[in-house]
Amino acid sequence: MAELKLMKGNEAIAEAAIRCGCDGYFGYPITPQSEVMETLMARKPWEETGMVVLQAESEVAAINMVYGGAGCGKKVMTSSSSPGVSLKQEGITYIAGAELPCLVVNVVRGGPGLGTIQPAQSDYFQATKGGGHGDYRLIVLAPASVQEMYDFVDLGFELAFKYRNPVQIQSDGVIGQMMEKVTVGEFKPRLTDEEVVKRYGSWATTGKTANRDRNIITSLDLDAYRQEQFNLKLQRKYKEIEEKEVRFEKIACEDADYLLVAYGSSSRICQKAIEIAREKGIKVGLLRPITLFPYPTKAIQAMLGQVKGILAVEMSAGQMVEDVRLAVEGKVKVQHYGRMGGVIPTPNEIVKALEEQIING
Amino acid sequence: MTEEIIIAGFGGQGVLSMGKILAYSGIMQGQEVAWMPSYGPEMRGGTANVTVIISDSRISSPILQEFDTAIILNQQSMDKFEKMVKPGGTLIYDPNGITRHPERKDIKICKIEAAEEAARLKSAKTFNMIVLGAFLKVKPIVKLENVIKGLEKSLPSRHHHLIPMNQEAIQKGMDIVKL
Repeated sequence: MAELKLMKGNEAIAEAAIRCGCDGYFGYPITPQSEVMETLMARKPWEETGMVVLQAESEVAAINMVYGGAGCGKKVMTSSSSPGVSLKQEGITYIAGAELPCLVVNVVRGGPGLGTIQPAQSDYFQATKGGGHGDYRLIVLAPASVQEMYDFVDLGFELAFKYRNPVQIQSDGVIGQMMEKVTVGEFKPRLTDEEVVKRYGSWATTGKTANRDRNIITSLDLDAYRQEQFNLKLQRKYKEIEEKEVRFEKIACEDADYLLVAYGSSSRICQKAIEIAREKGIKVGLLRPITLFPYPTKAIQAMLGQVKGILAVEMSAGQMVEDVRLAVEGKVKVQHYGRMGGVIPTPNEIVKALEEQIING
Repeated sequence: MTEEIIIAGFGGQGVLSMGKILAYSGIMQGQEVAWMPSYGPEMRGGTANVTVIISDSRISSPILQEFDTAIILNQQSMDKFEKMVKPGGTLIYDPNGITRHPERKDIKICKIEAAEEAARLKSAKTFNMIVLGAFLKVKPIVKLENVIKGLEKSLPSRHHHLIPMNQEAIQKGMDIVKL
């Protein structure tokens, strides 16, 4: 039954996992995402749906539990914040290399190193360009509201299984800690063992039967030519994802002379900046990437005849701005404005940056 | 209508839960809401604050630099947030423990002696509801019936017997706030 609730973003992740029929969550606590596991432990889904919730001994253990569960065709996930997600990178590249579906949630905090516990967006490179080794990609979803935190769990699993690829929800301390109104969906039952065999028996280790070959989960092939063929197959998959799965939102773009590009919590702050700027008579719009990979390159290119300049706003030293520049190919001015280390930009700062760096710059 | 509120005080004063009840009240009357707490090291220093936004339309930024209303419950918060009230906005404060009273002339200032009243009622836990009552009197943006529904939603059912007591405290705050 659909209901209206007031929830933190982190709580929404947990509730969505239970309701979308997730089989297992494996994690290790870290601020600002600890409420994900706290909520799951309090909700005791193992009594309700049979979902496993396990506090692993470390982030490395948690991602390898995810690897194992995913290999069995189960809907499994983990969550952490920046330093913890760095620890998971080995597991993530193995999962990508073994072509397994899973969901990873990063509630990003300021870095580098242990950094701070405050919100940041400085893990964009890690999420979109491959934080681990090898030519792999994650599908990266960037929620900008608590409702999207909820919705993207189910969507994330759907995409993960559709492409047999890890999906990452790239959130941050603002969206994780904030409470908003959420419409929670109906319970989807977990798949039975028979259903898993039927749907995923062609690749998952569901137990070999007489009528099929062994399914082997590995990311290792010592034959370079076969490994190249496998890489080409992966690249075809990423190409297909780029063609079919781009998601973005445009706000106040119809008459815009200038464009802000921002995702997640920065996009929310930009919306306020747009209100302030438009009161001053500056016609500015916002393009909000919802998928960070695949990136909405064509959507930005479609604005090029219209806008005189683009300001990329992120809580980093300038990471996503590189993808904006790649899309724009020098045709209009692109600048970056950001704060770092857990400092959140204010709407007025963004308006000032737009005026100084783009309009008068 | 969009009301942007900061509630700030000491940890343990019920700042975050007051914000949550207010947010739930907004939901009960079909509005959009956002509740953004401070959760960083500043909390470890003993101060707690939360931004609550209630609006008829989609809410943009949960991070704000100025507010329609500031509800201020200790001196550190007065020092930090008095200057962040929009011109023409409202500042509601409890003078208990305040050494420097608000000085601005371009905003409406309301005093609520909630700590004193809670002590008189011998019920320290009703402190935040007295403050909420003061806010609702000054800014009646949510109906009392929806606040009660909000209380029902935000309190676990084992605490529902406390709702009448909270309702009385809200009423008390409405009665004693000095406009």
